[in-house]
Amino acid sequence: MDKLLSEISLPKIVTIRNVTGIDATRLLEMGITPGTEIEIIRRAPLGFPLEIKVRGYFLSLRKSEADCIEVRLDE
Amino acid sequence: MNLDSLTIALVGNPNTGKTTIFNALTGLRQKIANYPGITVERKVGSTIIGGVLHKVIDLPGTYSLNYKKIDERIAYETLIGSYEHEEIPDLVLIVVDSSNLDRNLYLATQVMDLSIPVILVLNMTDVADDRGITINTKAIAETLEIPVVAISAKNKSGVDALKSEVQKVIPKAPQPLKWAPNEALHEAMTLVIDEWIKPYTDIPERAQYIEALRLISEGEFIGAFYKFDDADIGKKVITKARGIIEQNGGNPMADEVLCRYNFIGECTAKSSQQTKQFKKTITDRIDAVVTHKIAGPIIFALVLLFMFQAIFSWATPFMDIIDLLFVEGGAWLSEAFPPGMLNDLLVEGVIAGLGGVVIFLPQIIFLFFFIYVLEGTGYMARAAFVMDGFMTKVGLHGRSVVPLMSGFACAIPGIMAARTIENWRDRIITIMVLPFMACSARLPVYALLIAAFIPSTSVLGVFTLQGITFFGLYIFGILIAIFAAAVMKKIFPSGQQAPFIMELPSYKMPKWSVVFQNTAERGKVFITEAGKIIVAISIVLWFFASFPKIDITDYTAESNNSETIESYQLRNSFAGQFGKFIEPVIEPLGFDWKIGIGLLTSFAAREVMVGTLNTIYSIQESDGENSTLKEKLINDVNPETGKPVYSIATAISLMIFFALAMQCMSTIAIVKRETNSWKWPTAMFLYMTALAYLCSFIAFQLGSM
Repeated sequence: MDKLLSEISLPKIVTIRNVTGIDATRLLEMGITPGTEIEIIRRAPLGFPLEIKVRGYFLSLRKSEADCIEVRLDE
Repeated sequence: MNLDSLTIALVGNPNTGKTTIFNALTGLRQKIANYPGITVERKVGSTIIGGVLHKVIDLPGTYSLNYKKIDERIAYETLIGSYEHEEIPDLVLIVVDSSNLDRNLYLATQVMDLSIPVILVLNMTDVADDRGITINTKAIAETLEIPVVAISAKNKSGVDALKSEVQKVIPKAPQPLKWAPNEALHEAMTLVIDEWIKPYTDIPERAQYIEALRLISEGEFIGAFYKFDDADIGKKVITKARGIIEQNGGNPMADEVLCRYNFIGECTAKSSQQTKQFKKTITDRIDAVVTHKIAGPIIFALVLLFMFQAIFSWATPFMDIIDLLFVEGGAWLSEAFPPGMLNDLLVEGVIAGLGGVVIFLPQIIFLFFFIYVLEGTGYMARAAFVMDGFMTKVGLHGRSVVPLMSGFACAIPGIMAARTIENWRDRIITIMVLPFMACSARLPVYALLIAAFIPSTSVLGVFTLQGITFFGLYIFGILIAIFAAAVMKKIFPSGQQAPFIMELPSYKMPKWSVVFQNTAERGKVFITEAGKIIVAISIVLWFFASFPKIDITDYTAESNNSETIESYQLRNSFAGQFGKFIEPVIEPLGFDWKIGIGLLTSFAAREVMVGTLNTIYSIQESDGENSTLKEKLINDVNPETGKPVYSIATAISLMIFFALAMQCMSTIAIVKRETNSWKWPTAMFLYMTALAYLCSFIAFQLGSM
């Protein structure tokens, strides 16, 4: 089932399906490429930003950025 | 052996320890200044290797050559040699974080396309070790076909190895496009180069691949900095190139990135191994606490409290010593030289002005020491993560919290601290609203007016009206700052909005040499750059308050000895004339000409208001007893109306004016330095003063009804 990264409850490991939208280029360049695994680590006090682990490092994403990332839940 | 003097550029992702390597290479032989016309800092130094002096440029940290921000663009432009303020580098040191090879090598593969000799510097190998990652340096060098040097924070030998690598024969430029773009992408790229870049633009040849790929990915000329002749032709070529990729089922925006990451994947598969698997690193364990939903904000509040304790209390003794030194030094000078105008200029203009600059140093040093320690450990990014949700609600950024809070001590270090905000728009808004935070220089003014005019009526048994007014003024400043930030967010064009993706680097011990060196640099930058402006304005203010010189016979004739000579001089100076001149303008706010003088002189520093009022009111009482300034203010009577000059409405109006107006030349000077333009300090002065006038007007008119 495909979902937006911003909708995933945590902690979860998901696989990136697609990256779209205005920030897509930079997200891709940061290694958030389709097929890569993302671990959702935690949410900040008001729900966002979101902390994720990708390619062995940690990133903070605001909701608008997490909305750009479509993921598939790993079962 | 290489005996030529080289220009060496350091390039790398943010948080790769690039600056540590820069410091290790250059030591104290470095210079820091702004790039012309913009806010990005330029760090240049020199290093001696084998008796040859080389120039070293520390380029702004960037994740990609496809720039999204002005500092990334400077890194790119410098590398391709089209940045007019910088020399073309002969050698590029690509600094990468070994614990995060994939993403770091992305930039490396881009730089390798520029046909410049490079050395790959594997930094932070100790962090990689801790994470159980083993890297085969030789395998990387063989795959990428470039020289590779490994460096760790724990041993210094890496820097020597790096130096000897530089000293060897200049490595030849790597072969571009090592990452092997797919066929469609290659075809599209060649098309853009042959039909657009070569015939129509003046972009240097070494940049043609990267520029073609950038145009294909963006699909338009966003922020192009080079000259081109016919944009329409360019657009057609780019559309055609993107069409080639789409026909092959590719995505013009993503294909380059995916091809590069495929290549990087192959490279790291050969050269890097996760030998041990750690379930939880120290970073994970610390983060579970400091970024916790409830504990996180509390811990951050404690950290802030500790920092402010430092700027407020610990800095005070140093500030007192500086104050004493300048006052005593001034007194000594004034005695040592014959009295006269030159003496006055030296003591009251220059020395007082210099004292007014140096006095800020302790707070700046303390604040930046803590900021650099917290940045060095990696905690600052966590603080921003925890606060970002709250701050975006009011139009600011998680990183705005520390600068804004510092503003309660003093706007100067706060505005300097705003440089930790990467996003330019968030940074400028933070700077523009920061002076609304009730800084400590407002305290003496508030204290005087509240003590004189606000009754100490008790409220709810515990509080007094005076205390509540004090608190109210702080809250008022914060609310206005939030309001102003929200308005500015609407006004300022977002333009090409930089994506807001923040890395949370792993925790490490701060590098003390970096902390001390950077802290000292901030102090030096303040003294040398903002200091010039502050001293110049001090001299002008001194001139206004001291000229034209009074005639001593006029003084004896007019004053009947009831007024001190200082007061008489001030009343008849340009400042006094200014006060009377603007009286009609400030009358609707409830101010008279005496306050008018204070508004001018307090531009030197807000607390000077108290001193100025003291001088003006230093009329000796007929019975020879001196009453306090507070009593004089209460008893001052308007000679025309016979009513008291100060009502509660006047006092409140004046406090509101002080809360909102841009009454501080040092703030103006530091905003000029930090934004590198007179545009922002001018705008700040105008909008804050206008807002102050409006609010004081409303307050006084309502209060007098």
